[in-house]
Amino acid sequence: MRHLLRRLASGALVLAATSVLLFALAEIAPGDFLSALEVDPRVPRETVEALRERYGLDRGPAERYLAWARSALTGDFGYSFAHGRPVGELLLPRARNTLVLTVLASLSAWALALPLGTWMAARQGGWVDRLGLGASAVLLATPQLLLGLGALLLAATTGAFPAGGMTSLGFAEMGGTARLRDLAWHLALPAAALVLGSLPVLVHHVRSALAEVLDAPYLRVARGHGVRPARLLFRYALPAAANPLISLFGFSVASLLSGALVIEVILSWPGMGTLLLQAILARDLHVVVGATLFSAVFVVAGQLLADLTLLAADPRIREPA
Amino acid sequence: MKRSASPRPALAVLGALYALVLAAGWIAPYDVHEQNRDLAWAPPTRPRFVDAEGRFQLRPFVYRQVERPGRFGQYVEDRSRAFPLRFFVTRPSTGRRHLFGVDGEARVFLLGADRFGRDQLSRLLHGGRVSLGAGLLAGLLAVALGIAAGTAAGFYGGWIDAATMRLGELFMALPWLYLLLAVRAVLPLDLTPAGAFLATTAVVGTLSWVRPARLVRGVVLSAREREFVLAARGFGASDLYLLRRHVLPQAAAVVLTQLALLVPRLVLAEVTLSFLGLGVAEPTPSWGNMLAALRQVHVLTSYWWASAPAAALVAVVLSYHRLASALQQLLGKPTP
Repeated sequence: MRHLLRRLASGALVLAATSVLLFALAEIAPGDFLSALEVDPRVPRETVEALRERYGLDRGPAERYLAWARSALTGDFGYSFAHGRPVGELLLPRARNTLVLTVLASLSAWALALPLGTWMAARQGGWVDRLGLGASAVLLATPQLLLGLGALLLAATTGAFPAGGMTSLGFAEMGGTARLRDLAWHLALPAAALVLGSLPVLVHHVRSALAEVLDAPYLRVARGHGVRPARLLFRYALPAAANPLISLFGFSVASLLSGALVIEVILSWPGMGTLLLQAILARDLHVVVGATLFSAVFVVAGQLLADLTLLAADPRIREPA
Repeated sequence: MKRSASPRPALAVLGALYALVLAAGWIAPYDVHEQNRDLAWAPPTRPRFVDAEGRFQLRPFVYRQVERPGRFGQYVEDRSRAFPLRFFVTRPSTGRRHLFGVDGEARVFLLGADRFGRDQLSRLLHGGRVSLGAGLLAGLLAVALGIAAGTAAGFYGGWIDAATMRLGELFMALPWLYLLLAVRAVLPLDLTPAGAFLATTAVVGTLSWVRPARLVRGVVLSAREREFVLAARGFGASDLYLLRRHVLPQAAAVVLTQLALLVPRLVLAEVTLSFLGLGVAEPTPSWGNMLAALRQVHVLTSYWWASAPAAALVAVVLSYHRLASALQQLLGKPTP
């Protein structure tokens, strides 16, 4: 319990420090959203200054950070000039969409990587292992960008999948199951591209973690005692290899989000990545800060989840001697 | 199962790729900005050896591509006249020598043309200069920053160490691409080609300091306590001398492996930024902005030669991965 509280506090601290860092970064940016108005001869100077005062842009950086932090705590995360709405309103549905995509992709990737990696580790040097290693090396060298374009190509040539977006027209009128089916239909390609992108790293780690355990003396003893291979693998080896893999899950969230950003943009999935890109092009800095901070929230949450799982899985961590 | 891998094949492939890209001005038959609006998305020109009468010719030749009458964007070869492919030609427009070219109004596009009828091969080679150059420079920058920060943290310890490592944790808490875009958001959107190249390289390189710094710190921490280092210190060696002569050489293996892992990631970073329209922009070619044409579905499905940069990219990343794993086996795995 103490352990958990400490991790929670450190996560919150990291997020707070990240927000300061991002805000300082936005501070360096030349000009603000109103700079474009300043050079417009039709807009009088006084109007721009009045607008600056209204939105608090004339105040000092520290004061503005505190105002922003207050609004972040109420869930607003500042104000989007481009959309004329609080950032939180824009960000929350986008974050939910990214969450749907990444959670599905992560679950599928692990569901594939665990049996694949285990199989390869159990048959080291065999044809399954060599084929798997070769395929994962090629897949590892294929950037997420190209996987996304490949998915787009597949959608365009087969016509079996939508070439982007999250819902069909008329989604609002659909019933519950029809909605779910439509969502799954739109999810299939982006999630598949994301799974292919994260699979090689996961397979590689699962394989090497299991290979290390399978080589351990106590497993050789168990084998010598005549424990069946299946029991050896699933009852003895897999739990022993779990710890590094659980930690890997925590680390994999960050790269998953980076991959998701590219996929979202290519397949026009309305997630945080597309929002961030639009915000950059519109110089909507509060949205940039908000989206980036949310990505950090996901990473910190993923690591916390990994910690909790470790705590549940390993009594040595639960009750330190 | 342990195969002893040599870094030589990967180094040879990479060396060849870099040589091709460095010699782009000579190998590329056309200027990257030279447009042929009547040859938009023209398919690759086929060098031929057998002429219209069925006779074999030693010197290859090409036919001129002309738009099929009334069919926009479809091309047929005009077989009435053959244009011999000449080697080591001087192009009158630039006065520079090129590896090959054709005379007259024919064009030789070995990898087809893009939407403005620009030679895809020339753009691929020159774009490789931008993408590979940015990746390599950014990698060197990241490693230099990493060595500086890692050495300071490991050698001096105390609050310097704590501050560096905490800052590194902050960098690691953000997904790499989100961090990259957030920093890019601060820079002006419209930059000159040179400015965009430098800005991209600097941002990508600066943001990648954490991993090399952690690895170097680890090496320095253990090297600092080695007997011969302590002895040298006892003899009154200065910090700078100790670092240069005894400590940093031990980090060479780790740094080299890390560089082989970093450079492909950073090439990809430049490509991704340019793909998203935030890196090097048209008309300057980069593999990223060339791939951006594929976001239009009709380009993706109709013109396979538009994906040439994708193949080049995979070849580069794959070679670097092989190099990194060979180096890891040769020099020992770095401890993270």
